[in-house]
Amino acid sequence: MSAPETTRPAAPRWAIWLPLALFLMFVVLVLVGLFRPADREVASTLIDQPLPQFALPAPLPGTPPAASADFAGGEPKLLNIFASWCLPCKAEAPQLGQLAAAGVTIEGISVRDTPEALKAFLGQNGNPYKRIGADDSGKVQLSLGSSGVPETYVIDGRGRIRYQHIGEIRPEHVPMLLDKLKAAR
Amino acid sequence: MTAEFGLAALWLAAALAALQLVAGALALTERAAAMGDVVRPVAVVQGLLALLAFAALIRVFAVTDLSVKLVALNSHSMKPLIFKIAGAWGNHEGSMLLWVTIMGLAGGFVALVERRLPERTMLATLAGQAFVSLGFYAFLLIASNPFERLDPVPAEGNGLNPLLQDLGLAFHPPTLYIGYVGLSIAFGFAIGALVTREVGPAFARAMRPWVLGAWIFLTLGITAGSYWAYYELGWGGWWFWDPVENASLMPWLAATALLHSASVLASRNALRAWTVMLGVVAFSMSMIGTFLVRSGILTSVHAFAVDPERGSFILALLAINIGGALTLFGLRASTVTEGERFAVVSREGALVINNVLLSAILGIVLFGTLYPLFAEALGAKVSVGPPYFNPMTALFFVPMLVVLAAGPLLRWRRDDLGRFGKRLFLPLALVVTVALALLLIGGVGVLPFVGLAMGAGLALASFLPLRDRNLRRTPLPIWGMVTAHFGVAVALLGMASESAFSIEKLVAVHAGETTAVGPWLVRLDAVEPVAGPNWTALEAKLKVRYSDARPTTMRPQARSFWAPPQQTSESALLTRWNGQLYAVLGEEATDGRWQLRLWWKPFVTLIWLGGFLIALGGLLSMFGRIASDLRRIVARGKIAYRRERQGR
Repeated sequence: MSAPETTRPAAPRWAIWLPLALFLMFVVLVLVGLFRPADREVASTLIDQPLPQFALPAPLPGTPPAASADFAGGEPKLLNIFASWCLPCKAEAPQLGQLAAAGVTIEGISVRDTPEALKAFLGQNGNPYKRIGADDSGKVQLSLGSSGVPETYVIDGRGRIRYQHIGEIRPEHVPMLLDKLKAAR
Repeated sequence: MTAEFGLAALWLAAALAALQLVAGALALTERAAAMGDVVRPVAVVQGLLALLAFAALIRVFAVTDLSVKLVALNSHSMKPLIFKIAGAWGNHEGSMLLWVTIMGLAGGFVALVERRLPERTMLATLAGQAFVSLGFYAFLLIASNPFERLDPVPAEGNGLNPLLQDLGLAFHPPTLYIGYVGLSIAFGFAIGALVTREVGPAFARAMRPWVLGAWIFLTLGITAGSYWAYYELGWGGWWFWDPVENASLMPWLAATALLHSASVLASRNALRAWTVMLGVVAFSMSMIGTFLVRSGILTSVHAFAVDPERGSFILALLAINIGGALTLFGLRASTVTEGERFAVVSREGALVINNVLLSAILGIVLFGTLYPLFAEALGAKVSVGPPYFNPMTALFFVPMLVVLAAGPLLRWRRDDLGRFGKRLFLPLALVVTVALALLLIGGVGVLPFVGLAMGAGLALASFLPLRDRNLRRTPLPIWGMVTAHFGVAVALLGMASESAFSIEKLVAVHAGETTAVGPWLVRLDAVEPVAGPNWTALEAKLKVRYSDARPTTMRPQARSFWAPPQQTSESALLTRWNGQLYAVLGEEATDGRWQLRLWWKPFVTLIWLGGFLIALGGLLSMFGRIASDLRRIVARGKIAYRRERQGR
C-alpha cells in the first residue's frame, strides 16, 4: 500500500436497512417459536411419577395413619392436603363429603396442626377421610410439590400421581375429579 | 400495606413516564416549546418513584410477607436475611421491577446532570427513554405485577433455588442489570440525535461517559458471573456458552464497539451513522438478551418461567422499540451528513476494523444462540455448544487481537506502514519466542497455543502507547486504554493457560488415602456431616500440599437444601499465585470410598483478574473524561466571571 487512498466508509443505501431486516427476521423466528402448537403445558413434574415415600403418624385416636404404601392397593384414591387453620379447606369440606359418599376413598394429610384443633375441625365439617397423617413440619407436603393448602391429588392403583388439583374443590370440580379417578383405574 | 404502597408508586411512575413522553415530544414543536421545562423534573421524580416501588418489594421480601404471591412463590421464612432480600430480584417479576427502577434512575440522573447537548436533542432523548420505560411499566403492571396478593395465604413459602443462595450471586444480577439498562441511555441519545439530526463530536462526547459507566458494570457482571459458574456449578469450567451468558456477552460486544466508534466520532468527527446505529444496537442486544432469557423460549438453567403470554408481551415491546428505532435510523441515516475522510492505515482505520470484527463476533454469538430455535422451527432439536462457538469466535478474535495491539500505535488520519512496522517489532519478536518455546514443550492445542503466544505479545504491546510519553502528564483515558488492553492480554493468557495446562483427576479414595494432582498431594482425612441455617451437608476434610510447602485444609461439601429440596455441590478452592486447586466431593461408593474430582488449573485466576483490569481501565477512562468535562465547565465559568468584572 504505497499510496494509501483516502476513504470514508460510505455504506450503500440498502445497507442502512439491513439491521431492520435482520431484526424482523428475528421477530418472525421467535413468533414461530412462541406459537408453535407446543408441548409447553406446564404440568407438575410429579405427574405420572410414583408418590414420594412417606409414613406419617396419626394425629387422632381412631383414625388410622396415612402412608404412601396404602396407595398401591389397586384402587384409585384421592390424597387431600388440608389444615384446620385453612379457610378454603372448610369451604371444600362438603365437596369432599360428596366424593366420599360416592364411594371414593380419601386419605388426608393435615399440615402443621394440633390434635385438638383438628378434632374440632372434623367435628364441625365432617370427616371424609379413611386415614389421616400429621405432617407437622410440612416436609411431606413440600416433597409432594405442594405449596399451599388445600391441594388434592388423584393417585392411581399403582401409587402414581395422575392429577394435581391446586386450591379448593368447588362443586363444579366434583364430576371432573370423579372422571379423573375413573380414568386412573 | 407495603405492597399496595409499592404498587401505587409504580402506577404513578408509569403516569409520569407518559407525561415525560408527551411533554418531551410536544416541546419539540415551536408552539409548545415551554413544555420542555417540565421534562427534566418529571424524569427525576419518575426515577425516584420507581426506586420507592423497588424498596417496597425489598421490604415485603425482608419480612417474608407470604400474603404477597411473589414472596410465597420465591421465598421462605427460614432463609438468611441477605438471601431473603436477594430473593426480591431472583425471580421474573422482581427482576423486571429492578429493570425499570434502574432505567428510571438512569434517566433521572441524565436529566439532572447532562447539559452538554442542545436542549432539543436532550428533550428528544428523554422522550425516547420515557417511551421505552412506558412499555416496561405496562408489562409490569399488566402482565407481571410483583405486588399481587395471595388468598389463601400459604403456611410457608416455596423457597429460593439453592444455586442462587450465594453471596456473589445475590449481587450479580443487579450489577449486570445496571450494565444492560445503562445502555438504554445510549439508545435514548441515539434516538434524540436521529430526531434532531445532531450527530457530531458533541453527541459522542456526551454519550461516552454513560456508555463507559454501563460497560464497566457489564464487564464486572460478566466477570463475576463467570467466576460464580466456575465455583458454584462444580464443573470446573468458567464459560459454557449458555444462552444467559451469551445474553450478557452480546450487549458487551456491542458496547465495546460503540465505545471505540464513539471515540472516532468524538476526536475525528467520522463514523457518524455507524456510531448512532451501535447506540441503538447495544441496548437492543440488552433487550433481546433479556427477552430470550425471561420468555423461556430457549431452555436454560437461568430461565425463570416458560410463559408464552409474557413472551409475546415482551416480544411486542421489542418489536416496537427496536423496530421503531431501526426504522427511524433507516429514514434518517442517509440525511446524517458524512463525516471526515481518513486513510486505511490510520487509527480510524484500525478502529473500523475493530468494529467490524466485534460485530462479526456479535453476529456469531447471536446466530449460535438462536440456532436451536431456528432448527426447532424446521423440526430438529439441536444444541449449540463450544465446538461451534470456540473456533468460530476465535476466527475473528485472533485478527482482533492484532488490531488491538496495533491500533493504539497508529496515528490519526494517516500513517506510514514502514514506520509503524518498527514500532511493532518488539511484541512480534516476543510472539515468535513464545511460539517457539511452546513448540519445544509440545502437546499444546491450536487455540491455547495461539492464545499464549498472542497474549504475551499483546501484554507487551499494550504498554507501547506510553513510550515517548511523559507519564505524569499522560491523560487518564490513555492510562485507561492501556489498562483495559493489558487486561485483555491477561485474561487471554489465563484462558489459554487453563485450557493448555489443566490437570484433571477423578478418583475414589478411602479416608487416609493420598492422591497426586500435578504438583499437589491430596489426602482425604474424613467425611463428616455439617449443618447450616437451611441446609445439611457432607463435608470432606482434605489435607493438601503443594510440593514442599506446608499442608493446608480444603473442605468441599455435598449440600442438601430442604426448602426447596435440592442437592448442590460446594466446591473448595485453594488459590496460589500460580493457579488454583479445585476440589469437588462426589458420591460415596458402596465399599466406603468417596469420589473426589480434583483439578489443578495453572494461572486460571488471570481470567478474572483480566476482567477486572478491563473494568478498571474503563473506570480510569471515565474518571478522566468526567474530570476534563468538569475542568472545562469551571474554566468557562471563570472566563464568564472575568468578563463580567471587566464589564463593570
